[in-house]
Amino acid sequence: MYDMKALYEAESVEDAIRLRVEHPEAQIIAGGSDVLVQMREGKRAGKELISIYMIDALRGVSLDEEENLRIGSLTSFSHITRDPLIRKYCNVLGEAVDQVGSPQIRNIGTIGGNTCNGVTSADSASTLHAYEAIIELTGKNGIRRLPIRDFYIRAGQVDIAPDEIQTAILIPKDSYENTWGHYIKYGLRNAMEIATLGCSVNVRLSADKKTIERCRIAYGVAGPVPMRCPSAEETANGAAPTKELAERFSSAVIDDITPRDSWRASKAFRQHIAVEMAKRALSRAVELAGGEMK
Amino acid sequence: MSAQYKLIHCTINGKETEKMVDVRASLTDMLRNEYHLTSVKKGCEVGECGACNVLINGEAFNSCIYLAVWAEGKNIQTLEGLLSPEGELSDIQQAFVEESAIQCGFCTPGFIMTAAEILNTGKLYSDDELRKLLSGHLCRCTGYENILRAVKKAMYRRLGKEVDF
Repeated sequence: MYDMKALYEAESVEDAIRLRVEHPEAQIIAGGSDVLVQMREGKRAGKELISIYMIDALRGVSLDEEENLRIGSLTSFSHITRDPLIRKYCNVLGEAVDQVGSPQIRNIGTIGGNTCNGVTSADSASTLHAYEAIIELTGKNGIRRLPIRDFYIRAGQVDIAPDEIQTAILIPKDSYENTWGHYIKYGLRNAMEIATLGCSVNVRLSADKKTIERCRIAYGVAGPVPMRCPSAEETANGAAPTKELAERFSSAVIDDITPRDSWRASKAFRQHIAVEMAKRALSRAVELAGGEMK
Repeated sequence: MSAQYKLIHCTINGKETEKMVDVRASLTDMLRNEYHLTSVKKGCEVGECGACNVLINGEAFNSCIYLAVWAEGKNIQTLEGLLSPEGELSDIQQAFVEESAIQCGFCTPGFIMTAAEILNTGKLYSDDELRKLLSGHLCRCTGYENILRAVKKAMYRRLGKEVDF
């Protein structure tokens, strides 16, 4: 038995919003692979829960009228990885969430929960930042959309109003169109591991593949919240994809990231692997885009 | 106030069923205490070890971190459901016996249910892919190599091939 004070089950988004207003102290639970574990460990023991897990309307991936990729917040990691639209337009996201926990965790864990936790190590977070994802929240006054970088406020804290739940994550067409990305997770083992550092890079090349028209890079665990690297991106935007560029690009990330010492790894080590990961992820993204690192 | 108990209808090992369930219960609690399906083991109870793994609508889940109330309307399969009506072992269980993929046996039902999910895809996986697909289970007798061989053997047999280790 879980040590919970009460369980309120939402059957629809409207229901969830009503329950949020009626029970302001209650914790939302989606797949529960974090909330239930924390409850078992005592951190969230004795709390009220609002379960949104049974709202099937929040599952699935589609293209909206503007051809943005729309991922329902309750879509599980394994369903994202297998989804044909994700594979076609944003395969890197499917690959990134395929590195979360274990197969069973990927069947229960949801992308909404992964982002609403507000943790910097979430495997989806760096890729969603690198694709400038839009978070859709639904509350009693309707829908609110905000860029993912504004959604993360600080470690463990995201921008959800007391009457809202997250209902979808959108990948704008401009972010995925003609764009290829690669994610690298650094961990000490392959399964059931929290990233020591996560790095996601995507590029759009010119038609002749000789110029990087746009490069985006984001990290998880390089600071209290996932972050982009503007100085590194600046070195790559408009540049030719060369090994020399990869060196300049990767050393520039040091100006952008603010990793810390933790029991998992030291700041110095995180900086060291951040450079190497940027280099490798850029090279791979360029290859995936049909280019060649000269 | 929220209700303390809820009537949950679901299909377990092919049988439609319903029981009043405490809303605080995990699916492990429900399957063990209400349905006496003791192949569903209580291991870590935090979704790390995979001993409580069952199939829900064909996908593998750690039932320890799955609320019993979420079972409503679902099709659940436990190890007990793999046996034939005459009580004969399934092909996966038979392969585990042949490959000595069991020592204390505590992790075995969980591994076998994940193997069932893997084999139900009808695909042929490489060793590396199988290792990744099985990575949600801990075996503290360290029998991983034999477990991998057993799953591989069962996979090849289902596809009508002889395994070459």
